[in-house]
Amino acid sequence: MEQELLEIKEPTPLQETWYNLKKNKGAMTGLVIIVLFVLMAIFAPLLAPHDPVEQVIELRKTPPFTGGYILGTDDLGRDMLSRLIYGARISMSIGVVSVGISLVLGLIIGVVSAYFGGILDKIIMRIIDIMLAFPYILLTIVIVAILGPSLVNAMVAIGISQVPRYARLVRASVLAEKENDYVLAERALGAGNMELMFKTILPNCLSATIVQSTLGVGEAILSSAGLSFLGLGAQPPTPEWGLMIASSKEFITNAWWIVTLPGIAILLAVLGFNLLGDGLRDILDPKMRS
Amino acid sequence: MSEGKHTGDDVLVSIENLNFNFNIQRGIVKAVRDLSVTIKKGETLTLVGESGCGKSVTAHAINQLNPMPPGVVESGKIYFRDKDLLTLPKSQIEALRGTQISMIFQEPMTALNPVFTIGSQIADVYRTHQRISKKEALAKAVELLDLVKIPSPDERIHNYPHQLSGGMRQRAMIAMALASPEPGLMIADEPTTALDVTIQAQILDLLNDLKKTVGMSILLITHDMGVVSEMADRVVVMYAGRKVEEADVFSLFEEPKHPYTLGLLNSLPSNPKYRGAKRLEAIDGTVPDLLTIGEGCPFANRCGFVKDKCLKEFPEETKISDDHFVWCHHLQQQEGRV
Repeated sequence: MEQELLEIKEPTPLQETWYNLKKNKGAMTGLVIIVLFVLMAIFAPLLAPHDPVEQVIELRKTPPFTGGYILGTDDLGRDMLSRLIYGARISMSIGVVSVGISLVLGLIIGVVSAYFGGILDKIIMRIIDIMLAFPYILLTIVIVAILGPSLVNAMVAIGISQVPRYARLVRASVLAEKENDYVLAERALGAGNMELMFKTILPNCLSATIVQSTLGVGEAILSSAGLSFLGLGAQPPTPEWGLMIASSKEFITNAWWIVTLPGIAILLAVLGFNLLGDGLRDILDPKMRS
Repeated sequence: MSEGKHTGDDVLVSIENLNFNFNIQRGIVKAVRDLSVTIKKGETLTLVGESGCGKSVTAHAINQLNPMPPGVVESGKIYFRDKDLLTLPKSQIEALRGTQISMIFQEPMTALNPVFTIGSQIADVYRTHQRISKKEALAKAVELLDLVKIPSPDERIHNYPHQLSGGMRQRAMIAMALASPEPGLMIADEPTTALDVTIQAQILDLLNDLKKTVGMSILLITHDMGVVSEMADRVVVMYAGRKVEEADVFSLFEEPKHPYTLGLLNSLPSNPKYRGAKRLEAIDGTVPDLLTIGEGCPFANRCGFVKDKCLKEFPEETKISDDHFVWCHHLQQQEGRV
């Protein structure tokens, strides 16, 4: 007699993470904020009621909720809402591109350094130490100054100055991971160095990196706003949030919305990524799970 | 052991006078000394000895998995299918691993990559050595899981290692090692130590079956005499980096000659003399430090028959029969008297 067996569908790691994420209120709030910003960025041309760079001089500094401008206009009569919506495009791409740059470089440097060890590791890590010795924002400014101020160069500068963090993080996890038996086992079955580094070990080191890069996106958005504020990032008339604050700071006393609203946008975007990052850290680190 | 034995038709692996050291800060650890071992085609050779006696170092010397540095091959040769492995370039060694020399490990819990399904891990081994599609490789993985007797293999390939029991994982591990186009040698480094006894027996049976169906040789490393009696054709007993006795499995259990082998067999709980006994006999003393070990017999400090000569020089080979050799001064003197 054959006993009927119960069908059990084991969750994949992704499903399990999603399940835990749903229980974490902070992370879900963050995720909702991020999704809203991303949708805003993607559908900007459909959502924005006006052209973000179109100037209507007669309607300068219109306060919110007057004359068909939900969030008012700025000092040149441009619609604030449209500019903020288009600003999401820029900020999201800065976040993704600069974290992408630091992630790719950091992963390669970290894995190679930890895997081969020895003199190569020492040289790479001392260079990383030198980079870490500079204050982060100063390093970014130096790189932009060398490359010349523009939005793309700001992304590159933020990306490069964040590399040491990722390299350190990845190196530490690879050092712990590479001593495991499965690495030896796969070597014994013919896997070469490249395969071992990037196919066998790296996937096991990703959880910390995922957390760090989520937090990193928020930080990159903040830094790019800072660079633009200093005139080293986006150039006018790009509707970049940091730049919007910079060019309207003298109106803070008589037209508060022009300077405050971009600030709130930055705050929300960074908050979203930080909340999600913190939540992911709790979820992906078994020690933090309750 | 004579020179040029590796050229024999039935010999798969021949290790000749291997000296393997680890150069560490405090000095030189002589992990393997003057070791000669041959593995014939289709044979199971077991290396027996306690922890740190050089079993694993010997095995890893074949597929060159010892960390170099600090590891150094001081002298000796290792032939595999008449190729001198120690002079082959790295790329060729890598090509041999997993195709002709594969390996299974002691800890099935840690020897599988936790982030990939076992199916994709087995498929990866195929795809390392052959140009086949992922789909074909997965189909072959199912065949292999079936071969190692994992039930409903077409579902199991989608499982992650943590979803399998220890025995299942060890089977998956063996399947991975079998994913080679032309299996020659399977090195099994204590394959059953981490498993409970019933599963142990199943895995050993499986290895024995596979040896026949696939036609490979097995180098089995163990410290478990029970496993030896179950699996071995021939046994090499190692102590502190030296080979002290080599025999076919029957001679070894029937008439062990070396005092260390005697001690090992004496301390087995299954030994009939322990029926109703309260305590087991153990070999007194501890293993010598391989950093400071001299030229004498390494077992001298624990041996009941120790003589001055034992402390000074390592004994010559004593031939007991055609396939039973022992390295012991005590026996040479006995033989001399006869």
